[in-house]
Amino acid sequence: MRTPSGNKVYGMGAEFPSASSLYEAAKRVRDAGFKKWDVHSPFPIHGMDAAMGLGKSWLSAVVLVGGITGLLTAVILEFGPSQIIYPLIVHGKPVDWRTVPAFFPIMFELTILFSAFSAFFAVLTMNGLPRWNHPVFNWRRFSRATNDGFFLVIEARDPRFTELEARELLEQSGGQHVTIIHEE
Amino acid sequence: MDGAITAPDVIAGEASASVTKPLQRVPLVLNKRNFSWITERIAGAVEGSAPRWWWVTFAITSMVAMFGLFCLGYQISTGVGTWGLNHPVGWAWDITNFVFWIGIGHAGTLISAILFLLRQKWRTSINRSAEAMTLFAVICAAIFPGVHVGRVWMAWYLAPLPNNYGIWPNFRSPLLWDVFAVSTYFSVSVLFWYTGLIPDLATLRDRATTKIKKLLYGIFAVGWRGSNRNWRHYEMAYLLLAGLSTPLVLSVHSVVSFDFATSIIPTWHSTIFPPYFVAGAIFGGFAMVLTLLVPARAIYKLQDIITPQHIDKMAKVILLTGSIVSYAYAMEFFVAWYSGNQYEKFAFYNRIFGPYWWYWWVGMLFCNCLSPQLFWFKRFRYNIYVVYFVCMCVNAGMWFERFIIIVGGLHRDFLPSSWGIFIPTWVDIWTFIGTFGIFLSLFLLFIRYLPMIAMSEVKIVLPEANPHHALPDEHHPVAAVGKERH
Repeated sequence: MRTPSGNKVYGMGAEFPSASSLYEAAKRVRDAGFKKWDVHSPFPIHGMDAAMGLGKSWLSAVVLVGGITGLLTAVILEFGPSQIIYPLIVHGKPVDWRTVPAFFPIMFELTILFSAFSAFFAVLTMNGLPRWNHPVFNWRRFSRATNDGFFLVIEARDPRFTELEARELLEQSGGQHVTIIHEE
Repeated sequence: MDGAITAPDVIAGEASASVTKPLQRVPLVLNKRNFSWITERIAGAVEGSAPRWWWVTFAITSMVAMFGLFCLGYQISTGVGTWGLNHPVGWAWDITNFVFWIGIGHAGTLISAILFLLRQKWRTSINRSAEAMTLFAVICAAIFPGVHVGRVWMAWYLAPLPNNYGIWPNFRSPLLWDVFAVSTYFSVSVLFWYTGLIPDLATLRDRATTKIKKLLYGIFAVGWRGSNRNWRHYEMAYLLLAGLSTPLVLSVHSVVSFDFATSIIPTWHSTIFPPYFVAGAIFGGFAMVLTLLVPARAIYKLQDIITPQHIDKMAKVILLTGSIVSYAYAMEFFVAWYSGNQYEKFAFYNRIFGPYWWYWWVGMLFCNCLSPQLFWFKRFRYNIYVVYFVCMCVNAGMWFERFIIIVGGLHRDFLPSSWGIFIPTWVDIWTFIGTFGIFLSLFLLFIRYLPMIAMSEVKIVLPEANPHHALPDEHHPVAAVGKERH
């Protein structure tokens, strides 16, 4: 989709005066059947996931895998050298099952370490970050999204998207400054 | 909703006289400030040129830091003998400073993680700077055991790396647990802190006036655009990081206490140590948070965000943890008496009447046990000078406590023929003072270049952040782009 001047269209955006009006608008856009759209706010709005029809984030599954990896790493790291390859008696502590509890603190620490790193990299990867730019930044008003602005953007690639319908929906939901956002 | 004036304001007209209005909580952000005021006040502190007090303070702290680094260089190039360590006191100021600094870090993680899980919304005003304090404290802490090993260039022996000597780190040693605990703690704290910073860095990026600022804040903001599809994963990641940090912070000081508790030295060989150390860490850490935030709040005029209510709550945490610590002190004496072990009994007698008697009377008894008891009284919790006095007492007291535990245990143990005394050298003293220089310099750089309060989190505690909050001026048009005037 292109504008008459030849710019590629990313989508249609609207600004909302408050978190509550954005929340109500999101429910209407969800119910109108749009799929490729997003809201932007300076802070996470409680209940917005449900208002947008999004489920629970599955990031926790990634972290679980990371945690298990960390635990196994510690098990191999500790049992390998200390119990199997280079068994060495220090402080008279025998190399058998009786000293296994002494391995637990490091197993715990590495579980936490790997989980935390997987949480961090998962949140970036799942959000498609880091990225240099994004079409929404072409909209001049959008810089308020990290200050006190509340925005809703419907993407042009949504199968239901037509300029008329999107504009009407956004205006009816209380959106202001409804604007076409260019791709670049 | 905690701390928020919400629906009752609006539906007051509908409520019949017989219906009791729910008690209103004191708002967490005073004077009904709005979102853009918060952005302006917090981001504004970072923008613009540095004030003169900042340059003066930074010049002093960085000089102290440089001298501390010089002492470290001198110690590394000459040898551990430049410190006053000798038989029988092989651990003294170095390990005291290590435990002191690492303990201070714990308050940051407690505020950012445990209070998050407990849904304590007041944490949002203080968590960012407390977490920064954690990182800087852990950096200062890591210096001491790192240098204490003597041959710093052999420190890689601590890492489990294959080598041709066929010797691996002893995974059954509490000292190695410490290496893993502290490095994990630092890494996870950095991740947690940085994850929390991303939305605020995006705010700074969007407000940046120069190209270089836009580029740097832009890179570290990783292209954040406040999208709810991103917030969804972000909130889950934040929750999980909080959930992971909670057992981690409890484990770190427990592991630190294992360094002592798994040995056989009288006063060290004790099962009470892990909870006692963790409580002490939170106690000392909260005092340090207040030590830094009370001046910062006055200088940057943040009284509406860090309100007397916040200081009151932190004072209560100090009272609670201080009382736990006092109980642990009392229990140590009781167990020493009840155990019937003559070495244990002597060690505790020596703690009160031995050569380091005044460390106990002033540091442990007055500073740690008695001074926080002032916080039973509301008027003292709301008096900034009393709060600051108690925090200073606790800062000093917790250092004395670690010194008494470490040197008090070592200097007179089993054989009177091998008793000794510890005398610090100038290198000992200046290395410690130098870490304060490092700590304060890093903190000053932090408040200069990064938002010291989590803007995106403080905004959530405003009543209008609630999607069910009806604004009285709902139908007013959106204000024009540009800075709000207040």
